[in-house]
Amino acid sequence: MNIRQEMEMEEIIYRRPSTLTELSTGYCPGCTHGVAHRLVAEVIDEMGIRGQTIGVAPVGCSVFAYKFIDVDFVQAAHGRAPAMATGIKRALPDRIVFTYQGDGDMISIGTGEIVHAATRGENITVIFINNANFAMTGGQMAPTTLPGMKTTSSPLGRDVEQMGYPIRACEVLATLDGTSYVVRRSLHNPKNIRMAKKAIRIAFEAQARGMGFSMVELLSTCPTNWGLSPVQATKWLEEKMLPYYPLGDYKVHPTLSDLKI
Amino acid sequence: MSRQLLKGNEAIAEAAVRAGLQAYFGYPITPQTELLEYLSLRMPELGRGFVQAESELAAINMVYGAACTGARVMTSSSSPGISLMMEGLSYIAGTELPVVMVDVMRGGPGLGNLGPSQGDYNQIVHGGGHGDYHCLALAPSNVQEAIDMTAEAFDLAEQYRMITWIVIDGLIGQIMEPAELPPMQPLKTSYPDWATRGAEGGRKARLLKSFYVDTLEEEAVNIRMLKRWQEAREHLVRYRAYYMEDAQFAVIGFGSAGRIALSAVRAARAEGIKVGLLRPLVISPFPEAVVREVADRLEGILVVEMNAGMMLDDVLLATEKKTPVEFYGRVGGNAPLPDEILEEIHRLAKGPLTTSGHPRDRWFNRISKNN
Repeated sequence: MNIRQEMEMEEIIYRRPSTLTELSTGYCPGCTHGVAHRLVAEVIDEMGIRGQTIGVAPVGCSVFAYKFIDVDFVQAAHGRAPAMATGIKRALPDRIVFTYQGDGDMISIGTGEIVHAATRGENITVIFINNANFAMTGGQMAPTTLPGMKTTSSPLGRDVEQMGYPIRACEVLATLDGTSYVVRRSLHNPKNIRMAKKAIRIAFEAQARGMGFSMVELLSTCPTNWGLSPVQATKWLEEKMLPYYPLGDYKVHPTLSDLKI
Repeated sequence: MSRQLLKGNEAIAEAAVRAGLQAYFGYPITPQTELLEYLSLRMPELGRGFVQAESELAAINMVYGAACTGARVMTSSSSPGISLMMEGLSYIAGTELPVVMVDVMRGGPGLGNLGPSQGDYNQIVHGGGHGDYHCLALAPSNVQEAIDMTAEAFDLAEQYRMITWIVIDGLIGQIMEPAELPPMQPLKTSYPDWATRGAEGGRKARLLKSFYVDTLEEEAVNIRMLKRWQEAREHLVRYRAYYMEDAQFAVIGFGSAGRIALSAVRAARAEGIKVGLLRPLVISPFPEAVVREVADRLEGILVVEMNAGMMLDDVLLATEKKTPVEFYGRVGGNAPLPDEILEEIHRLAKGPLTTSGHPRDRWFNRISKNN
């Protein structure tokens, strides 16, 4: 048996999702945006919804999400993605509409839009990347920056007396009746990446079932702005971010808890 | 169809519905709120999109999203709310999307008041948001014109891929007048090849954005937009001329100011003064060629506005200071009375007239003596 025959006999268990373009991502080494992009693309592939899906890209590092996730995309103003997604969804209620937003975008400048999209029960899905800083502009303090954490705009560390406390977006949004699925996952190791994938699938399934607002928060690394190597950054996420941002399910509609994915 | 007694704001709302409005997003603000209220019942009744947004900021971004699908979309607000929308409007312009905007202007700056005003002229005609872009703006002076212009605004927005404004104030928004509504048009069934509606059938994914990292690409987009603007400047010239055939003098004013000026012009005609009225129906693009042409035949022009002379600057550019121009304005949410304008026509007819100095300075010197 030659190699070709052997390959043909083998079952392919891992390949580039067809909804992921062949471009290499321009993200920094060790950044988890690429992983998050891939998970979204895998879910779109598995649900067979590429032709019905419209993405809304944020302002921030993932402004270029549209280059990598191969669906119809629009590019929102900073923080306004949930409002833009609302407009698309109200014009095309049978489509799947998702936003992909960073923490600076979603829970700083876009706090009003995300809270009201959630409380309206807007039938959209939000992929929320939390890496505890404004990464694209070079690592400034975000609302999610940990107490004591040094950034370029909190060079002595975030002093909560002066700069306030971080926002835990899942905990806030889960209190709103319009939400169907609000969970926090992390991308720091393979086990958690698998759990994140499953959560993204459930979030999209919630939308497909018309159940209202769904959001998956993904704790993510930012080695460049954290000043750490990729491996150190993963460790830092696990040691520093997980205690402040506990992983878990903050809101799960009863119908979804029975869902077998 | 027969004429009905219709309130301006509600007439605009129903005219938009009949023009095939598919989604509306708005926020309450006086003197525009009837538009939102009317559509809050009417749109769901027809199975069309309606959201009362949490802010004007959100409303305009909902409009932005819905416009990306190629649907006919609209929002309405009043001056302070329009200011808040300027970020979204710049993005919509930069993405080359057709949307219809209604501004029921009120007194300002700041929170101002609810009085009628034309203080948003510069914000709408000369900018507002950041970057190089232009909008189309239609300025009705009565309920029937508001209906007709709203119906056409959607076509113009799509033809030029531009933000298209209906610019009125509380006088026209709140007045009830007999007017006729057009018949109900069917909703769109085909969509342009740029619309992001889901890449069905394995087609190539589409992208709508106002973001071009490559500055040369951004420049090309700006030039493409300018090309459409130049086309609009050439083809979208609309105005109404009253008593202009033998006129020695002309009043120029749009919207409510133009309507009030007509009463003054008629009174002056009754006195034997050969004065006409030029009322631009489209204020953006400003009908500069028409103004230039009539100015050559006139001894003097009086510009009347409910602001401190915003369109005045466009008139002065058009006349190239060859024809004497005077100005009369009321600011802060006040409308002029016909008698006030008649007095200004008397002053114009009596002379002396000059092309030197600035008409705003002369107006300001006159009014500041009384204030």
